[in-house]
Amino acid sequence: MKRISALILVLSFLNFNFFGQSTFPTNGAPFNTHSIYAFVNATIYIDFETVIKKGTLLIQDGKIINAGEKIELPKNAIVYDLNGKFIYPSFIDLYSDYGLQEAKPVNTGGHRRPDGAPQMESNVKGAYGWNQAIKAEIESHKLFILNKDKAEELKKIGFGAVVSCPKDGIVRGTGVFVNLNNKNENESIIMDKAAGFYSLSKGTSTQEYPSSLTGCIALLRQTYYDALWYGQNKNKTEYNISLEAFNKIKDLPCIFEANDKYNALRAAKIGTEFGVKYIIKAGGNEYQRMNDIQNTQLKYIVPLNFPIAYDVEDPFDAEAVSLTDLKHWELAPINPAAFEKSFIQFCLTSADLKEKSQFLSNLRKAVKYGLSEKTALKALTINPATFINAQDKVGALKKGLLANFFISNRSIFDNEASVMQTWVAGEPTVFSDINAPDIRGNYVLSTPDKNFKIKLSGDVNMPQAKITIDTTKKNLNYSFSNNFISFSFSYDSTKSIRGSGNYSLENKFFEGKAQSANGEWFDFKLAFESAVDTTTKPKPAEKKVELGKIIYPFNAYGEPLPEEQGLFKDQWNKFKNRYSAILIKNATVWTNSGDSVLVDHDVYVVEGKIVRIAKNIDAPKMAFAKIIDAQGKHLTPGIIDEHSHIALTAGVNEGTQASSAEVRMGDVLNPEDINIYRQLSGGVTTSQLLHGSANPIGGQSVLIKLRWGHTAEDLKYEKADGFIKFALGENVKQSNWGDHNSVRFPQSRMGVEQVYNDYFSRAKEYDLQWQGFSKLSPKDIEKNKIGTPRKDLELDALAEILNRKRFITCHSYVQSEINMLMHVADSFGFKVNTFTHILEGYKVADKMKAHGVNASTFADWWAYKNEVIEAIPYNAAILTRMGVNTSINSDDAEMARRLNQEAAKAIKYGGLTETEALKLVTLNPAKMLHIDDKVGSIKVGKVADLVLWTDNPMSVYAIADKTIIDGQIYFDREEDAKLKQYIKTERARIIAKLLLEKQKGGKVEKLKAKHERLYHCNTIEGVDEEVTGHR
Amino acid sequence: MKNILYIIFLMLGLNALAQKTYTHIALINATAHIGNGNIIENSIIVINKNKLEMVSSVTGIRLNPSAYDTVIDLMGKHIYPGLINTNNILGLHDAEAVRATKDFAEVGNINPHIRTLIAYNTDNIIIPTVKTNGILYTQVTPREGLISGSSSIMALEGWNWEDAVLKADDGIHLNFPKAVKRKFTEEEGLSVATNKNYTTEINYLYKFFADAQAYCLMSTPAEKNIRFEAMRGVFNGTANLYLHSEKAKDILSAINFAKKYSIKKPVIVGGKESYKITSVLKKNNIPVMLNRVNDLPDNADDDVDIVYRTPYLLQKDSVLFCLQLEGDMEAMQSRNLPFNAGVAVAYGLTKEQALASISYNAAKILGIEKETGTLEEGKLASLVVSDGDILDMKTNNIVLAYIAGKSVNLINKQTELYLKYKTKYGIK
Repeated sequence: MKRISALILVLSFLNFNFFGQSTFPTNGAPFNTHSIYAFVNATIYIDFETVIKKGTLLIQDGKIINAGEKIELPKNAIVYDLNGKFIYPSFIDLYSDYGLQEAKPVNTGGHRRPDGAPQMESNVKGAYGWNQAIKAEIESHKLFILNKDKAEELKKIGFGAVVSCPKDGIVRGTGVFVNLNNKNENESIIMDKAAGFYSLSKGTSTQEYPSSLTGCIALLRQTYYDALWYGQNKNKTEYNISLEAFNKIKDLPCIFEANDKYNALRAAKIGTEFGVKYIIKAGGNEYQRMNDIQNTQLKYIVPLNFPIAYDVEDPFDAEAVSLTDLKHWELAPINPAAFEKSFIQFCLTSADLKEKSQFLSNLRKAVKYGLSEKTALKALTINPATFINAQDKVGALKKGLLANFFISNRSIFDNEASVMQTWVAGEPTVFSDINAPDIRGNYVLSTPDKNFKIKLSGDVNMPQAKITIDTTKKNLNYSFSNNFISFSFSYDSTKSIRGSGNYSLENKFFEGKAQSANGEWFDFKLAFESAVDTTTKPKPAEKKVELGKIIYPFNAYGEPLPEEQGLFKDQWNKFKNRYSAILIKNATVWTNSGDSVLVDHDVYVVEGKIVRIAKNIDAPKMAFAKIIDAQGKHLTPGIIDEHSHIALTAGVNEGTQASSAEVRMGDVLNPEDINIYRQLSGGVTTSQLLHGSANPIGGQSVLIKLRWGHTAEDLKYEKADGFIKFALGENVKQSNWGDHNSVRFPQSRMGVEQVYNDYFSRAKEYDLQWQGFSKLSPKDIEKNKIGTPRKDLELDALAEILNRKRFITCHSYVQSEINMLMHVADSFGFKVNTFTHILEGYKVADKMKAHGVNASTFADWWAYKNEVIEAIPYNAAILTRMGVNTSINSDDAEMARRLNQEAAKAIKYGGLTETEALKLVTLNPAKMLHIDDKVGSIKVGKVADLVLWTDNPMSVYAIADKTIIDGQIYFDREEDAKLKQYIKTERARIIAKLLLEKQKGGKVEKLKAKHERLYHCNTIEGVDEEVTGHR
Repeated sequence: MKNILYIIFLMLGLNALAQKTYTHIALINATAHIGNGNIIENSIIVINKNKLEMVSSVTGIRLNPSAYDTVIDLMGKHIYPGLINTNNILGLHDAEAVRATKDFAEVGNINPHIRTLIAYNTDNIIIPTVKTNGILYTQVTPREGLISGSSSIMALEGWNWEDAVLKADDGIHLNFPKAVKRKFTEEEGLSVATNKNYTTEINYLYKFFADAQAYCLMSTPAEKNIRFEAMRGVFNGTANLYLHSEKAKDILSAINFAKKYSIKKPVIVGGKESYKITSVLKKNNIPVMLNRVNDLPDNADDDVDIVYRTPYLLQKDSVLFCLQLEGDMEAMQSRNLPFNAGVAVAYGLTKEQALASISYNAAKILGIEKETGTLEEGKLASLVVSDGDILDMKTNNIVLAYIAGKSVNLINKQTELYLKYKTKYGIK
């Protein structure tokens, strides 16, 4: 027995000494103490779900010794009686830049900067990677510098430890997990590399590439491939600090700053590609697409930055605030609850809050809007700890964990609650005195002049003071801490008294010295007379929050789900596909089979397909069947826009390099763009979304159906062939971009040809290299130590063209360059699929016919720049007559709403027949997009993408009455009228709420509203469209 | 040639015919769209020198072919007054991206003395492609600054600007300050926010007008100020004051501004939200030159078809308005003026109301209704003949046109190129 206790003694001694060890010399005798602190009688949250009333917490040397109900206090314990108070494990924030320099994005690319030439290469010196936005080598623990003020700010809202990383770059390096202590950096760091950080924004990088969101995604993707190749390849000739680091941080928890619901989905997709389960930093709008967020099956870091109210007093000004913003203002506080209800593991962050002091009140707001207290605590303690594998260090009040906790006067979810002390690794930061006496009561202040009545009442921690002077009561300014009071007041217009003195706990009075207005000193006494009523009035039960519904998409003309579906059950697909059959009766049917226009015909659609076209089809006896009386109306195939830039996010051009074949417009779809709905109202059903025309080789296109209300992935046209944008002429040689832009190759049409020669030659070699490699057996590879070739997304896309798996849509104007590209294609053994714009196509129509290329042109645009001076409106007709498959496109969100009219201009200019003209915007574009087997004509077996017009569709007087996609009605004038009414009443309801908020004295924001951006071919992200403006 | 000529249905044929200098011409049997809402089926329209001598129904008229140089039978065709393109830079600009061809804006904020008249290039490359769609007059308008200058109304044909002018210096163009402005920043993208310079700009304008008005009270000021001199017409009512503003709130401010200086002929130009304040416009008798019908709504929440429907909403509430096309590629777009009016028909106007919005109404607003704007006796013989409905692109085909009695050449570079390549390829 003795031996055992001796062992314990030795062990505890070792243990003891272990804590006391430090490499730092001390100037003078060390202050080290090994006191045991005991916090008793408190309501203790051992963890987010275990609560002990009248519990005890024991800590020593920065760690928790014990916490529980009946714990024996060691004799030498320093005891704090926390009767009535609460102890919580301190909060953890995984998304902070505490202790690091704040990154201020400058985000200017060269051609977007009128004052200088573009910076094509990284300006970081050293053996780093090629792109400034990839900062994998950043190690936050080496940059971390303790910041007492910022730490105190965080501790005051309950935080004890944070993961910190500079918010800069697409790959941001590693974050450090630090305690918010006041000692020094060495003792702050809990984990040096807690997580790797990623984002989709280039941050402070001044390098040109990437300038768009699609470019950022492509860069991240390529970096994964490069790192893989770099790690595997033993024969490489380069050393790359960035890639070395990237390969190391890949295995850490990966935190991805998405800051938006759709970016979250984009990040999740990248993660799936590379087998990474990101922890997504959310933006606050995820509740708008909760089903998709849930389907990512990822963990989230959720901010509590709820928008403040808008000033809507001026009815005209208020119209600039969109329904989206109004609804988001109303619904944003449900975001955390939405995560909980979707069973998503998440933590909360104080990031994105301009005023950190807002954190607790916003937390309470989130609870008021449905978040459970338990989940809230979990999201602030054990969840963040577990996310970074630090649950053995923080996140609960259990033996062996860090003594990180805070004491509050009430339940932290109580509106009146405040943090009194935050202990970090056993060191306290005091915000208010836990031992402060209850000084509330009625007092009399006696002075030589006269006596005054003073009443201290209200909150025990900071009672309000009222003084009665003669008969009027007014507020008394005072401060009270460490039993010391100071106060001042004036009376009788000229007199004043300033006092300072001690509180006597036993006698319940204050006494000390005071000075009057004339400078005389005297003794004062503030004597207790009687107690005040300290029972807190039961607050009236707060009304349940009444909220509007989430609409899909979250924009005007979005629709709420039907009543029974509930708030978060996104049953949109089922809801939208409510008709299993549609019968259109007595229409004039423009079939697009030859010149056939069938009068008084019925078209019967079942499960999205056209099954019958005949006269007098019997009404179907199916459930959910819709019968449309089309008497006097015209039915045509849906309009297909070959050249569109709607529904895209943050940039249509990655024109920073001569080729950006690696970028994909499909990565940046915005299914909420109002132009989708507007174009449905003009009969558009399918659009090809193209990269811009800023460089000879642009990015990969995406073909979408205008399935308004659906999510991005559901917009994509199923199994469509891949296309890519090329461009020629003034835009790619930067003719109209100002004199500074004369750096990027090419600057002439001569250079453009050589860009193609160069890239296609390389793509050919690259393709051969991979083909050769794929033929090798694993044995050969091992025996000869052959490294896997580097995967190059750019050359991949170009090799696809060579292998006829990807097809070119080329922006073009002048005959010489059109001719040139066809020659380049021939020399590499492929065909150009489509020339778009092609305003001088009529000059080389015979050559185009011989090459077999399609033409997609404007009806009558010209004279907007030098290369379109010889454009003529007869272009489409000549090309058609020459046997070139021709279409009319929009390249413009406004014109796309009336492409039927643009097509009809070919009747005027060049004498096409009406049916020929209609094909310019239906069957012909379907052919050039390789989808004419499914859409483009009204034929049994084809997909029911249809438009019902009020008049001859080639007439200016025709209006699209209904637009049908996949046999479902996506636009309907009747429904449109209802939606308009919904927008009106919904706006009025929320505006009334906002006005109330302002009356109540809530904070309001001066008018500031987001505006949707319209993209054209040449729009450069970061520049107002008014600055550019040429196609 | 004193026989009735039967139309050869070739544009060229008609053109050749029109090249000859007839001065006394009878156009018979066409459907005449007068421009003021009336239609005459089977009409006779007589051009004598530069004026319309007779506009009537053929019925009951005994035609004496020998009384005319020529009689043209236009059976099945439609005659319209020459359309009027208002508020446009047509004639001041060739290719948009080519700076050397820009002649529509000057340096400085207050430029009432700047006159577009003298920069109007009758040989401009765009003009020939506009008149071929039925537009015969254009209001050549300066741009930019707070006061951009004075416009003039020009014919689309003439040897030079002196020859082409119909009305010189018809009004001063004021770009009324916007209370709310579009803003673009890297961080926040595109947004709208309160215009920080609003008060400064407004105060500046009020002061300028006060100074100008005081100056104009003197017939011979001691020191001549050419900016103030240019403002005389606005104060004495011989010129319009064109207040360019789109938003309802700005229009209301502009109207107040005009009232304060007792402006006799204020006109709202743009007026995208004019439909919200029709009662005010009506009450104050202020006409609107409405911006393009083919435009997107400003806000996502707006009715998807609100811009298309605005002409109808103005018509319904009896606000005098005409259509114009200011904006992106406006000079080139001028040829689509009739089709913008056509869209307004799809959304509520009658065809004749839509026609008036690009002929008679425009003439009334510009103050040239005594000269042109309708097919009425005594007015200038400025008219166009179309194969079919001029407002619909599928039928708009101008085969004959006269400006003040002079036949208009309907061949342009585009029709020439068309012919050239049709011939090359041997296609019809």
